[in-house]
Amino acid sequence: MDWIGGIAAQNKFVLGNSLPFDDSRVVWHNQVVTNGSFGEIKETIGGYIIVKANSVEEAVEFAKGCPVLQGDGNSVEVRKIAKRDGVH
Amino acid sequence: MEHAALIPHLFRTESRKIISVLSRLLGMQHIDMAEDIAAETFLAAMETWPFKGVPENPTAGLYSVAKNKAKNYLTRHHVFTEKIAGEIKNNLPGITEIEINLSDKNITDSQLQMLFAVCHPSLSVESQIGLALRILCGFGIDEIATALLSNKETINKRLFCAKEKLRSEKVSIELPHSAEIDARLETVLRTLYLLFSEGYYSESRDTILREELCLEAMRLTYLLIENEQTNHPPVNALLSLMCFHASRFEARKNENGEIILYHDQDKTLWNDALISKAVFYLHQAFRGESLSKYHIEANISYWHTIKADTKEKWEAILQLFNQLLQIEYSPIAALNRTYALSKVKGNHAAITEAEKLQLTGNHFYFTLLGELYKDIDSILSRQHF
Repeated sequence: MDWIGGIAAQNKFVLGNSLPFDDSRVVWHNQVVTNGSFGEIKETIGGYIIVKANSVEEAVEFAKGCPVLQGDGNSVEVRKIAKRDGVH
Repeated sequence: MEHAALIPHLFRTESRKIISVLSRLLGMQHIDMAEDIAAETFLAAMETWPFKGVPENPTAGLYSVAKNKAKNYLTRHHVFTEKIAGEIKNNLPGITEIEINLSDKNITDSQLQMLFAVCHPSLSVESQIGLALRILCGFGIDEIATALLSNKETINKRLFCAKEKLRSEKVSIELPHSAEIDARLETVLRTLYLLFSEGYYSESRDTILREELCLEAMRLTYLLIENEQTNHPPVNALLSLMCFHASRFEARKNENGEIILYHDQDKTLWNDALISKAVFYLHQAFRGESLSKYHIEANISYWHTIKADTKEKWEAILQLFNQLLQIEYSPIAALNRTYALSKVKGNHAAITEAEKLQLTGNHFYFTLLGELYKDIDSILSRQHF
């Protein structure tokens, strides 16, 4: 994909995955497992990508190129990864 | 072949076999001895052949001299350890049961095992390449120094330290267990890849030597393919990649040794036999599940055998570079990806992407920018060139 390729070409790509719905499950609090009834929720997560950005602004710039944004109402959330020393 | 030319030729092809077989038999501690015996064997041939004539089967003649020398060494060593060192445990096999096996099979096995020993992760890549050239390819110190653009002293020192390290780490000359073979194979492939690149991209003026480096890398990769335990998909992918590159040997340099850019190459000079081999190994490589960077690079090279600039070709190459960069970043892959992008999305889009790379320490970066600005802004273009 050109978007990820562009990030990787700057040596800022760590890893990423799309999360397809095929053969997915939902595990509920009482150990009940259902075949994903995603219809009930308003939001779904289609994938994630981990990048090495110098700032949140840079990460936002990367996010702007994400192809899911071509779909109306879609969004990309930018979050930091918690370091194991407890500092974010 | 006259013996004047025959001996150096045999030295190159046979001494490495003798060294691998003897080292495997006696252990890494005695690798210097194995090298000495191989050298002495050839010295003896140089002294006697001109007078007594070349034996009917020169290789067999050399092997029997090497065997005798090895046995003599072992006897001396045995006497020494028995009489002088006394209680010190002799780590060499007893002389009575010793059998020096110089059969084709044992030679191949020994070289393969030596390849794994030489590419041991405890050694730096430079040391691995140096040792491989010396022990597995039979290159002289001078040749190694020329090929690696270094000098004799540095190479000697590097080889000495590398052998010390192999001894102190007690690296044994054997194939790794099947559980760790993948991880060890990765180091071996990386070294063979670099050995090939060293020949292919080297600035060294010695064209013949450079090609030999590439051919040796291919020969060693082929050793891995011949053995069932090491014939894994990435090995096939690497050999495919090497064959694709090697197919352009003739076309990529002019008579003055200057590089001819891909675009200006005479396609009729490409070696079709090597291209077919490359395609064959690429098919073999895709039998498994794994996808290594060699798979992707070989695949890119495959597309480059199609000279016509089709949209399909560049789209495929662009996607392959996208994948390659996700597996492993390298500046050259980033630049090549941007070039492919310009072919798919035009120069304006590629310039935007190129400027994000900020590879200002790399002269190819400016070559690329110059190329991209060529049709847009000739002044800017020239500034970059």
